[in-house]
Amino acid sequence: MAHFTKATSLHDWLNQRLAVDTLRRVLAKEYWIPKDINFLWAMGMVLAITFGLLLVSGIFLLMYYQPNVNLAFDSVNYTIMKEVEFGWLWRHIHGVAASVVFLIIYIHMFTGIYYGSYKKGRELIWISGMLLFVTFSAEAFSGYMLPWGQMSYWAGMVITNLFSLGDLHMNGLVEWIRGDYVPGQAFLNRFFMLHVLLLPLVIMALIGLHFGTLRIPHVNNQEGEEIDFEEEAAKYKAGKKAESKVIAFANDFLAKDMFVVSVFLIFFFYLVFYHYDFAMDPVNFDPADPLKTPAHIYPEWYFLWSYEILRPFSTNVGLVAFGFAQVIFFLLPFLDKSPNAKPAHKRGLFKVWFWVMLVDMIILTAMGKLPPEGIFSTIGLYAALTFIGLWIILPIITKMEKEV
Amino acid sequence: MRELKILAVVVVFTLITYYLVEPFAHGQMHKHTEFNNFNYNGKSDIEEVEHKIAVAKAANEPTEELEKKLEEKKQFWADVEKIAQLQGDVAAGEGTYAMCQGCHFEGATNMGGVTPPSLEHAGSLYDKKYLIALVKNPAMAMNVDHKFKDPAMHPMGAIMGMVTSDQDIANVVAYLKAKKAGEVTSKEAFVEACGRCHADRYMKWTQVGFRPAAKEDIKTGKDINMLKFEQKVAEEQKAVAEYMGKLPPDLSIIIRARSEHFLKTFVEDPQSQLGGTAMPRTGLSKEGYEKVEEFLADSGDAKRHERAELGPKVLIYLLIFAIFAYLWKKEVWRDLH
Ligand code: HEC
Ligand code: HEC
Ligand code: HEM
Repeated sequence: MAHFTKATSLHDWLNQRLAVDTLRRVLAKEYWIPKDINFLWAMGMVLAITFGLLLVSGIFLLMYYQPNVNLAFDSVNYTIMKEVEFGWLWRHIHGVAASVVFLIIYIHMFTGIYYGSYKKGRELIWISGMLLFVTFSAEAFSGYMLPWGQMSYWAGMVITNLFSLGDLHMNGLVEWIRGDYVPGQAFLNRFFMLHVLLLPLVIMALIGLHFGTLRIPHVNNQEGEEIDFEEEAAKYKAGKKAESKVIAFANDFLAKDMFVVSVFLIFFFYLVFYHYDFAMDPVNFDPADPLKTPAHIYPEWYFLWSYEILRPFSTNVGLVAFGFAQVIFFLLPFLDKSPNAKPAHKRGLFKVWFWVMLVDMIILTAMGKLPPEGIFSTIGLYAALTFIGLWIILPIITKMEKEV
Repeated sequence: MRELKILAVVVVFTLITYYLVEPFAHGQMHKHTEFNNFNYNGKSDIEEVEHKIAVAKAANEPTEELEKKLEEKKQFWADVEKIAQLQGDVAAGEGTYAMCQGCHFEGATNMGGVTPPSLEHAGSLYDKKYLIALVKNPAMAMNVDHKFKDPAMHPMGAIMGMVTSDQDIANVVAYLKAKKAGEVTSKEAFVEACGRCHADRYMKWTQVGFRPAAKEDIKTGKDINMLKFEQKVAEEQKAVAEYMGKLPPDLSIIIRARSEHFLKTFVEDPQSQLGGTAMPRTGLSKEGYEKVEEFLADSGDAKRHERAELGPKVLIYLLIFAIFAYLWKKEVWRDLH
């Protein structure tokens, strides 16, 4: 057993039992971050804060929400929005955060793609990030079911129907997922469980993993420079802070992060108070009605691009394309054959690939919302084909890339 | 500065995406309906029939019936315009008003599907020309004439045989505009204009009145009065649903479910937004509509005042937070450069 002495202070008492000094050193004071980074590297912290907002507001909502098909709608729209003090505020925070978190996730992902931060030892950062993206998607979808409005019901119907897998006619699988022939009480209950327990647990574990994967490779920097962290840290510790290429996580990096977070929070709460409707679809304020299909059924904006990859094709082809879109980002580190872990502007054709991909995904997003008629479905088809084509040529153009 | 350039790129792409999925996509999904400023001159009714004629012609279907209807509508609204020019006599109108009270009185019960509403604030709630049209021919005024072969079959149709001269119509409307035009609360506005068809459970309103406070019997745990009340509601709803073909939806949270533009154009002319809908026009004036809207907002967006009050405070707090965060960053980074 370890040797304990009489503590001289609370700090000392804790230190003997928890090694708080060591923890602080390893996790903060001597956790090295490159100095040459921009505000895009604060998006991870912004995501962590937004997840915190979701968690806290969710706990408040959970105190009044009723997972019952007859009570759910009014427990949200009447009890929480009208009866409970500040219930409306928690709900708007939760709803807006659920939407904004995806905006930040997309920025964070495209930052990673632009700077090549998924290469050369950072593959696991990328893969754990993608696992977070998929789990967050499931979390958002399950949460959307809970108010039991028209869009909850019908989006639930349409998305679970995908699991019949076209001509495979796996209706048994669809019923197994729903717990019934159509969305009903069993369906609501299990999505409630997923949303408030299982998926948040998985997300928290994955955030831990994501942070763990960052530890050894460290985060990338604006120029993609390979840094000798030990040497640079030694300079920093010797007091040559200005000369060193690294900074400490706390307080150096943290101070900058917090400034970015504060600007983000202004934007976020502006949305919460003045512009929340983009995140809370009006259609979902009509209670679920199994007899009345809404005129337009569309997923939330962050799912639109993959929805549009499904839509322009016949059922079976569409499902294959959709499946492709869901997994392909996981493979990015292995499809990019280039020897360079550099920002896109230093990488020739890859730079073009990056911007075309970004614009293509925005087009897919827009077409996914519009009714699939006339010119819109033609544009959607070409955008979906472009998406697939981009992934096919990625290994080729990156293989041709010269080492810089 | 490089960071600002990067920020500009992020902001531009975000705004483009936002524009495409919100204003642009919704503009494409919902056809635009013109709002007539609570001006009831039959414009949209006539256009509706003209549109039907065009559709029938394109499909090579006979159009005589529709042509006749078109003439009838044009004539009707021209007559309304003429009556609106007449000088109404308030005192004479009071006599005519007695006929209205045959159906519209405190405690009236369902007739032909709905309970005639109270007319206590009809002068403020409804537009003058609409009232003229309504007394002249209720089915035509409400734009539900396609449902009645004989307009006298409309639940209020009997009025057509009672008030026949143009001057009488002008008189009774003048009476309403003079004597039934007091200050109206949002609650009264909703109850009188929409309440005979629509419930609003968040405001405890049913088609037969506000829900009484529950009072259970201590020994049995049952509330007999409430059960009786529920039965009355159920019977009334059945009658309304039979008349309308469906039960009109509860309007508790309609204010969040439809846009402002949709609601006002819908109330002005339901057919313009939902072709073939069973809901009749309600002919509200601007003032009447504002009161109804306030009631719907109290029902479905009750905390809007609290939200408006709290918003600036939170943002100012965060602004100060941001200033301190910036100063802290500057301080920490001083010896890093
Ligand atoms: C005579 C009965 C009647 C009256 C009075 C009435 N409504 Fe309706 N209302 C209906 C019916 C029936 C429907 C269902 C229409 C449909 O689904 O086609 C309806 C539907 C609606 C809808 C939903 C439309 C949609 O998009 O589904 C709104 C909003 C509405 N009414 C508002 C009002 C307001 C506001 C008033 C009062 C100013 C009012 N109604 C008065 C019968 C009525
Ligand atoms: C035969 C009975 C009867 C008589 C007589 C009658 N009404 Fe009505 N009135 C009704 C009924 C029933 C309704 C509801 C109709 C509906 O919602 O479809 C109604 C509705 C109304 C409305 C509401 C219209 C709207 O757009 O919401 C007004 C205003 C009105 N009546 C005014 C009058 C006036 C003024 C008179 C006398 C000149 C009159 N009524 C005479 C039965 C009557
Ligand atoms: C809620 C979800 C997430 C949280 C909380 C989170 C958090 C973080 C944090 C704190 C960092 C370090 C700081 C930074 O570079 O921003 C980071 C880096 C990174 N994350 Fe995430 N992340 C999340 C989701 C994702 C997703 C969906 C992806 C992409 C698939 C991803 C990919 C990456 C990559 C590649 C890096 C390394 C960046 C670099 O080295 O420069 N993350 N993340």
